[in-house]
Order: sequence, then C-alpha cells, then structure tokens
Amino acid sequence: MSKIQNAFKDGKAFISFLTGGDPDLDTTEKLIYAMEKAGADLIEIGVPFSDPIAEGPVIQEANERALAAGCTTDKLFDMVAKVRKNTDIPLVYLTYINPIFTYGKEKFMKRCQECGIDGIIVPDLPYEEKGEILDICDAYGVDLITMIAPTSHERISQLAQGAKGFVYCVSSLGVTGVRTEIKTDISEMISLVKKVTDTPCAVGFGIATPEQAKKMASQSDGAIVGSAIVKIIAEHGKNSGNYVYDYVKSMKDAVREA
Amino acid sequence: MSKGRFGKYGGQYIPETLMNAVIELEEAYNKYKDDPDFKKELADLMKEYVGRPSLLYYAEKMTKDLGGAKIYLKREDLNHTGSHKINNALGQCLLAKKMGKTRVIAETGAGQHGVATATAAALLGLECEVFMGKEDTERQALNVFRMELLGAKVHAVTSGTQTLKDAVNETMREWTKRIADTHYVLGSVMGPYPFPTMVRDFQKIISEEIRSQMLEAEGKLPDAVIACVGGGSNAIGAFYDFIEDESVELIGCEAAGLGVDNPKNAATIANGTEGVFHGMKSLFCQDEYGQIAPVYSISAGLDYPGIGPEHAMLNDMKRARYVPVTDDEAVEAFEYLSRTEGIIPAIESAHAVSYAMKYAKELPKDKIVVVNISGRGDKDVAAIARYRGVEIYE
Repeated sequence: MSKIQNAFKDGKAFISFLTGGDPDLDTTEKLIYAMEKAGADLIEIGVPFSDPIAEGPVIQEANERALAAGCTTDKLFDMVAKVRKNTDIPLVYLTYINPIFTYGKEKFMKRCQECGIDGIIVPDLPYEEKGEILDICDAYGVDLITMIAPTSHERISQLAQGAKGFVYCVSSLGVTGVRTEIKTDISEMISLVKKVTDTPCAVGFGIATPEQAKKMASQSDGAIVGSAIVKIIAEHGKNSGNYVYDYVKSMKDAVREA
Repeated sequence: MSKGRFGKYGGQYIPETLMNAVIELEEAYNKYKDDPDFKKELADLMKEYVGRPSLLYYAEKMTKDLGGAKIYLKREDLNHTGSHKINNALGQCLLAKKMGKTRVIAETGAGQHGVATATAAALLGLECEVFMGKEDTERQALNVFRMELLGAKVHAVTSGTQTLKDAVNETMREWTKRIADTHYVLGSVMGPYPFPTMVRDFQKIISEEIRSQMLEAEGKLPDAVIACVGGGSNAIGAFYDFIEDESVELIGCEAAGLGVDNPKNAATIANGTEGVFHGMKSLFCQDEYGQIAPVYSISAGLDYPGIGPEHAMLNDMKRARYVPVTDDEAVEAFEYLSRTEGIIPAIESAHAVSYAMKYAKELPKDKIVVVNISGRGDKDVAAIARYRGVEIYE
C-alpha cells in the first residue's frame, strides 16, 4: 500500500494543489508546510509546463509565472527532496506527459522515488496510452493516478480497474477553474468506480467554496482544490502563507463535516 | 502500442474527457469513408463547389529562367477559399453533419483553415467558432473579417505566444467544455488519432490528381514533389500517393524564420526532438525539460513548433527529406513567382517555391519537379509590404 492511502485513513480527505515554483520554489516549500499544518491530507504539486491544455486561465498563468521565475523539473525535484525530509504527507505530481518524456521516463520516475513523490497525475495520458509509463511507475513505486471524466460513462469500469493511490474524478466538462455550480451526477460516477475497486475516489475541478467541498466529499472520499488556492497565491505571492493556511483550514473543516 | 501509430509516432495523448469523442469520431469516419453516398456527396462538392481538380500548370517561364528541371505548379491556390484547406474542412464538416453535430470549432494560423471551416460551416448550416492567436489576428486581419462575413465567431487567443500553437491549445480546451454537439475540425495532419489519418485522407486527392495529370501531360511520374510543411497537411496531401513510388523524391520545406541557428525559427525536423504534445508523439521544437519553444516564422501558417507524426516517420525512414527555408528566401520566392509567372503564392507556399528554385537548377532538363502551391498570396500582400518597409492600409 502506498503512502497515498494514508490521506484517506482518517475519513474524508482534503487534497490541495499548487503549481511548483509559483511565485518561487522557496514559497512553494513554505506553502506545502502551511497546507499540511492547516489539515491538508495530500498535496498535489504541478510541474510547470509551457502548454497545460487541461488547465483554465488561473493555473495556466501560474505555470507561466513559475517558468518565468526559472523553475525547472530538476529544481523542483530538489525542493521536493528537501520537503520530504520534513514531512510524511503524501505528495503527488501533476504533470503533462511531455516533461516526463523529455526528461527521460525512467530517470523521471527514479527521481520521484528518490525525492519522495508518491504518485503522478498525467492529464494528457489516457487509459489507451498509459503503457507509455505504467511499468516504469510500478518499478519505482510511483502510483499512476487514474482520471475519470463526466464523459467516461461505459469506460469507467475499465479505467478504474487496478487503480492505484486514488481515483481522480473530474467533476465537470472543460478545464480546471472555479465554477459556481457542478452539474455532473457525481454519486453515479463514484458508484460505478466502487463496483470495480476499493481505491478511494476524490473529486476535483471547479471546487472553491467550503459548501462545494463538503458536498463533493459527502459523495466521495475527498475533495481536490487547485485554482482557488492558486488564485490566493497569485494575489499574495510570497506572503500568501497565512491566507493559504486559513483557506485550506476552512476547506478541511468543511470536508470533515461531510 | 496504442492505435493510430506512424512508426513510433502518433497515438492519442489527450485528456480522458475527450476520449469518447475521438472514439466516436473514429467510428464515424470508418463508417463513412467507404460509404458510397458520403463519397459521392463529397466528390460532388469537390467538383461543383471547390472547383477540383485543381490545375497542374507547367511554369514554362520559370523553368526557362532557372535553366534546369521542368517545373509544374499544383494550383491548390485556385480552390474556392484560396487554399488546400478546403479539402479537409469540407470533408470534416460533412462528416460532422452526418454525426449529428450542429457546431464546429477550429484553430487557425494564417486564417486559411479558419476561412475554409467557416465556409464549409456556412454551406452545410453548422455553427462555427474559430480560435486564432492574437498576434495572427493582427498579421492576418483580412482573414478575420472574412471569417466573420461567413458567419463564424472568431476568438483572439491571448495565452502563451498568441500564435498557432496557442490556438490549438485553446480549441482543445473549448472542445473539452462542449463535446456533445461539437466537432473539432483540426486543420492539419496532427493531433490525436484519427485526425492525422483522416486529414491525410481528405488531402491525398492532391497527389492523386498530380499523378493522373502528370501522366497525361508527360506520360511519366514527376521526379520530385516539393511542398511546404508546418503541421504538414498540404505536404502529406501532395506526397501520399507517391510514397510507394521510390523514384519520386518527396521534399518538405520548413520555416526557418531568421535561420536554423537563430532562435527565431520554426524548423521542427532541423531542430526538434521527440516529444508528446497536442495529442501526438512526434518531433517538437522544445527545450531540455520539454517546454515547447516559442517558434517564429514570417508565415503564420508554418509558425508551429511540431510536425505531423506521418512526416516524422517519413523522415526517419528517409522516404522524404525536409529542408529549412528562411523568411528572406521565402519572400524572394514570393516576389519571384509573382513577377515571373503572374502567380502570387501564399507566403507558406513560397517556402516550397524557394527550394524548388534552388533545386531545379541542380537538376538536368529532363527531370520534372512539382511544387504544391498550397494557397494564394492575397492575404500576405500587406505583410510583405511591411517586410519591405512599405506601409499600406488593408
């Protein structure tokens, strides 16, 4: 069992996302500790990429800021290795396939293992292409996270079978970003997943308010929040620690009630 | 290995949200591509509406002036809407209609694919939205208004480098937002399978026509076919039917911008490395960490950091070769063809003309070279004037 399962062992999980190196790597490191202290159960770190096609404007801009500030895959690994010495919180990368492929698939996963990355989410690597890295992920103990979309329908049982770490349920059509309303029938999606796997399911995309987080977590095993946090970081930059702490705490409190 | 492969290239690297859409597209395409009614409907449109077959013109003055191989021009610029893009846009819009889609979206660089899609959508009664990099909407302002005249909505894309790559990003994002009633009319032989195959099939009519026209005119096949390459749709269209004919040299001309050694270029075969982007494994201009490079070319249509997977394979197999052509060389060829033959080519196509001018000189007079004039150059006149320091108002 991977470290990711720990995120779900005390009830519903709150998963918080930030883009690595936005606005700089020192701030990212501090924010990871702040999120953990505020109650986050798992932290997703975005590996900055020039062309993140699954992201809305908020996270696109965070990617641009991180790259402009000089963040690279190597520097991010170094920062994670440092973080790992100070905390046991499960850490997952969100990265597009090209940064993995170009870095060298094996080298990338080996570094994940060395630095303490427990899993990876690759939004542009669907089930049909997971053979690209699955064996290498397994060899280095990195969970390749399965994504389920509102359009997956009859594909769900095939996708979820053998899922590791957690199942990432995409709440809505479109890209990442805050939404006022989530219309997808999450319960139905989750029940189809649960038929084939005991791996926990967390819901992401569009969640910003404690009410939404509570609602999504009540229908699943946890809520994932990205854009709303990245917005706070965009606004407060290096001084966003307390703001992120307060926000994550309010979200974790809401998820606890679910 | 997953499906849709060209050697090791190709594949379907897209978000799960889009997987059922491309599966549905593949099924529909496989159903209709051999359907006699669909084929007839498309063939009728190609003849009556597009004006196919496009001419294969013997450029006698150019041939004599250069003093080498005989040069023929495949006149895709004479198609309705002024480029080869209409071949694919009509095919895909007709297919979208058969699939019950009511709305199409498309990316565009120079605006030719956007105009072609807006045209096909108008003809077939589909709602149309086109995504175009903001920088390109400025370089190609006339085409923006042309699309709007045709009833399309044009979105200026302000993310990233604000050019073709970003237009593709934004159209993909838009597709994930609204899938049920919407088909993405991808404009080149790129993206996730089945697009590279389907777009090539809609464009291969170019090489099929060249073959029969050349046999009629000269009684033999050409010795070389030359086309410009961005994503590579006109080139694959001009090459495809000759791939099995080893005697026919296939030459793609990439946009080298200010030069292959200058960072401001878009020559993917010359400078690219293997990567996975925009739904496909292929070659891309990128840095050591896989960050896609901000490429440059005077030609908005070739200003793309990747190349279609089938071209990457043809290059590996050495069945086709790819040569860089700079802005300066392309502009010279643009002016040369205008002056010599009275044909103003698109600045994209001028890249192919440029290499043909060089290569034809090296060949003996009994050799035959075909240059694909993929589009007409009216859209580029203002930009070329600016390049020469002349301010004119569009």
